[in-house]
Amino acid sequence: MGWFIDFLTSSIGKKLVMSLTGLFLISFLAIHLLGNIQLLFNDGGESFNVYAHFMTSNPLIKFVSIGLYAGILLHAIQGIFIAIQNKKAKGRKYEVSTLKNGNWASKNMALLGILIFAFLCIHMGDFWWKMKFTDSVEMITYDGYDYAVKDLYSKVYYSFSQMWIVIVYLIGLLALAMHLYHGFQSAFTTLGLVHKKYTPIIKAMGIAYSILIPIGFAIIPLYVVVKNLSNY
Amino acid sequence: MELKLKIWRQKNQKDSGHFESYKVEAEEHMSFLEMLDVLNQQLIEQKKEPVAFDHDCREGICGSCSLVINGRPHGPQAGTTTCQLHMRAYKSGDTITIEPFRASSFPVIKDLVVDRSSFDNIIQSGGYISVNTGQAPDGNAIPIEKDLSSEAFDSATCIGCGACVAACPNGSAMLFTSAKINHLQKMPQGKVEHKNRVKNMIKQMDKEGFGQCSNVGACEVECPKEISTKNIANLNRFYLGTVFGGE
Repeated sequence: MGWFIDFLTSSIGKKLVMSLTGLFLISFLAIHLLGNIQLLFNDGGESFNVYAHFMTSNPLIKFVSIGLYAGILLHAIQGIFIAIQNKKAKGRKYEVSTLKNGNWASKNMALLGILIFAFLCIHMGDFWWKMKFTDSVEMITYDGYDYAVKDLYSKVYYSFSQMWIVIVYLIGLLALAMHLYHGFQSAFTTLGLVHKKYTPIIKAMGIAYSILIPIGFAIIPLYVVVKNLSNY
Repeated sequence: MELKLKIWRQKNQKDSGHFESYKVEAEEHMSFLEMLDVLNQQLIEQKKEPVAFDHDCREGICGSCSLVINGRPHGPQAGTTTCQLHMRAYKSGDTITIEPFRASSFPVIKDLVVDRSSFDNIIQSGGYISVNTGQAPDGNAIPIEKDLSSEAFDSATCIGCGACVAACPNGSAMLFTSAKINHLQKMPQGKVEHKNRVKNMIKQMDKEGFGQCSNVGACEVECPKEISTKNIANLNRFYLGTVFGGE
């Protein structure tokens, strides 16, 4: 066991934890987006609410979600520790600083991470917490189902009818885009996966992912905003 | 050409240090270090303390010279050391800010001179081959594929100046350490001790208090020998292989 602790406390071990949890969270984003696209369906929320009910009641998904919460916390806490340590290792800053070496996102991953975490707190507080631990989300029964499901669909539409929430989401997604822009390819480098042929593909995929996923998420609140505007 | 210099002055390790401004008359053909020599001559004639800075070969191979010039280790040009930078890169009337390499593992000894013993300690922990492998002819007797020897040489060109640490926002020594490990790993003489070398050099690097690499890539940009960050990715893989691989 000693060797494993030595590894986890080594500089490369700490980065490996960031890389693996990061890749896990990256893959979660795609699944989360795929599910949420059902919010755009014009079916009174049937498909989304049934899906949300499945996601909160299926024992296997409940188990995986514990892994997800653990992954988020591990990534966040480890990231903060690494950022503090790195700041200490750098010591005094330069009088003249150059932005030339390294892009802005790569140097501000901790700041972007904190922004994303703050966004997550608002996001989960508004939906996850209210759905799981309060009665503020109403029950609804659709034709052909013998059980009632929570109407998270209407809750989402209600939340996105408030402009400040939409703005918070757009800021959170911008931070996510920049975090992914560096994080995606960096995770592969940390795993030592470099190759003359495949690294350019990974880098291109990372850029595409960091743009497409946040845009995909942003479409949902923007769709609600446009829909509300056209109702007036 | 007349230049305004803003130079970091610090009496010793304990002194908190400050910037001081100077004016110097330089020629375009002078190297950057010769320009500092002129300044120091001036200061000596004025009975003032000359500016301390590291230098030795002045031809870009020893790794002694350092300096962060206007925010960039070894100055504005790619693939050169401070001693290879010439004053023709500047215009008369320019202000040049000169600072020491900054990293907690590179404490300032005096003015622009930093203590880079932490690099020596990393080398002593495994950056060598334990047995005598003979002279150059013996090396030439072992057939090595050209591509491999070129790659090893690319890593071997690291002069250990520490510009990578100076450029890194995390003060990480991964580019230096990985260059040394990659160089030796590619040669049959170095392969034998590879696993222990990886383990021990990483351990020592962490012990010296260097930061963690977060793949920013600033090191590669500032490296006077243009060492690639591919070395770092390789080292990550080597380390995982060493820790999780069989004995």
